[in-house]
Amino acid sequence: MEKELWKGNEAIAEAAIRAGCDCFFGYPITPQSEVPEYLSLHMPEHGKVFVQAESEVAAINMVYGAAGAGMRAMTSSSSPGISLKQEGITYIAGAELPCVIVNCMRGGPGLGTIQPAQGDYYQATRGGGNGDYRTVVLAPSNVQEAVDFMQEAFDIADQYRNPVVLLADGLIGQMMEPIVWHDVPKRKLPPKDWATTGRRGRAHTNVINSLYIDPDECDRHNMHLEEKYAEIQKNEVRFECRACDDAELILTAYGTPARIAITAIETLREAGIRAGLFRPITLWPFPEKALHELAGSDHVKAVLDVEMSSSGQMLDDVRLGVEGQKPISFLGHAGGAIPTVEEIVEAAQKALKEAK
Amino acid sequence: MAIVYQKSKGLTDKELHYCPGCNHGIIHKLVAEVMEELGILDNTIGVCPVGCSVFAYNYFNCDMQEAAHGRAPAVATGIKRTHPDAPVFTYQGDGDLASIGTAEIVHAAMRGEKITTIFVNNAIYGMTGGQMAPTTLIGQKATTCPLGRTREQAGMPIRMSEMLATLDGCVYAERVCVTDIPHLNKAKAAIKKAFQKQLAGEGFTFVEVLSTCPTNWGMTPLKSVQWLKDNMIPYYPLGCIKDTDAEPKTEAN
Repeated sequence: MEKELWKGNEAIAEAAIRAGCDCFFGYPITPQSEVPEYLSLHMPEHGKVFVQAESEVAAINMVYGAAGAGMRAMTSSSSPGISLKQEGITYIAGAELPCVIVNCMRGGPGLGTIQPAQGDYYQATRGGGNGDYRTVVLAPSNVQEAVDFMQEAFDIADQYRNPVVLLADGLIGQMMEPIVWHDVPKRKLPPKDWATTGRRGRAHTNVINSLYIDPDECDRHNMHLEEKYAEIQKNEVRFECRACDDAELILTAYGTPARIAITAIETLREAGIRAGLFRPITLWPFPEKALHELAGSDHVKAVLDVEMSSSGQMLDDVRLGVEGQKPISFLGHAGGAIPTVEEIVEAAQKALKEAK
Repeated sequence: MAIVYQKSKGLTDKELHYCPGCNHGIIHKLVAEVMEELGILDNTIGVCPVGCSVFAYNYFNCDMQEAAHGRAPAVATGIKRTHPDAPVFTYQGDGDLASIGTAEIVHAAMRGEKITTIFVNNAIYGMTGGQMAPTTLIGQKATTCPLGRTREQAGMPIRMSEMLATLDGCVYAERVCVTDIPHLNKAKAAIKKAFQKQLAGEGFTFVEVLSTCPTNWGMTPLKSVQWLKDNMIPYYPLGCIKDTDAEPKTEAN
């Protein structure tokens, strides 16, 4: 198939249309505004719905309404806007509605900066809103993956009746890369017989709700959600191992830093250091077991986690996966500064030296 | 024997949880009767709020969604835009609509969303136990203004119907009450008209229903009705605030 040159955000938007997205509700924020801009023109061309909401809060609640009425619904935003959507996301998770949320991350906290960052890892993988819930989090590290994951995200959402987050960063949203439009395999999906479409001859009414006032009932609902999350953890874990088979040093990174880590591995190997990359693709469910096994290998001496975050957020999951088997170091920048190959190489050499 | 009265098919058999003397039951009945009379029970989708009517999805015999606090108009937008043939209504209280949900209701009206909003205004937060609402009257006591609301502290109460009526997308706004049969009949006519204008695709329609809260007002149901007449109606006058049908059509230049 022929390669096409696409800007990340526009490719994400086009991928949503190709995935059968019925409706988009959004609000402008840098660096993701090309998503609503693209969809405002092209959704109506396909007979689909586009609404520019008055706020991110309203946008995510429009998603709730449309998803509850059986539609493939989507919103996109960037970090501060995603914070505003958390109320809606917890209601969507509680009411078990499928939807896709794109977060094109920028630097924080607060207004932070419009440059790329990865400071929303905790927010995306720990729930973000109130209550016990999880969202599936897919982390592309190039435009091709963003497009492929976008097309699959709607199926994952529909299969589990759960929100799916595409967690990209501003760099992936803003850069142009050649991509190929793949035919992503379609999943066998359950019918949306729960949707509030109007009864239309149905004997009973359908209700979309996250309220369970009776504590026992609410407990049962939470247990049911927990069973679903366990199923997702069983079925949906994804990661990439690159040059890990003989690696003495494992780099852990996702998204943009994972791209830089690939060059760093090559540089390190040229210098005689056997480095490899462990790249989680699903941040939740995190590939904890795979990382645990890898870290337990005799050839692995040390782990270096690289993130566009000042303190390291995925670092917590890396620690949980490695479970103290090997020493873990961290290299991070936030606020739009991106770790360089040189920095990674230096940190890797230091980590290995300390481990020996 | 002829049946002269029976419960609307628009209501389920679920027992209402509302306090004695609360008007929600009557207002539910009116909305249900209108849906039944218009023959739209089979395709209507309702959205209920956070507040005393949070369980309204148990009572209306149509598909329902429970929205986050104040967000019902946004939820309804998501439903209506993707199901343009389905009648969609929101049922909201004054804390929900006039406080936390002001952005959502204003912008739904601005966009002219083809939905009907039933706004139940009892000048207080009921569900949470009688706190001051944006609609609480000057001098009225509430648990967060125990000495009575003052203009200096909290400003003047908000008149939502008048405010929304200024928006071109809002094609109908009427304020009613259900304190006696004549008013109840007017209220039902207003709700019916709002749904009819929605079905005709005209735009956003809004019916504000003044309502009592004997529990949190600390009055008997009968005294509450009198208090509503003496205090609420003078500040929140009844009647049609906007009806595009009644307006003279101006010639386009």
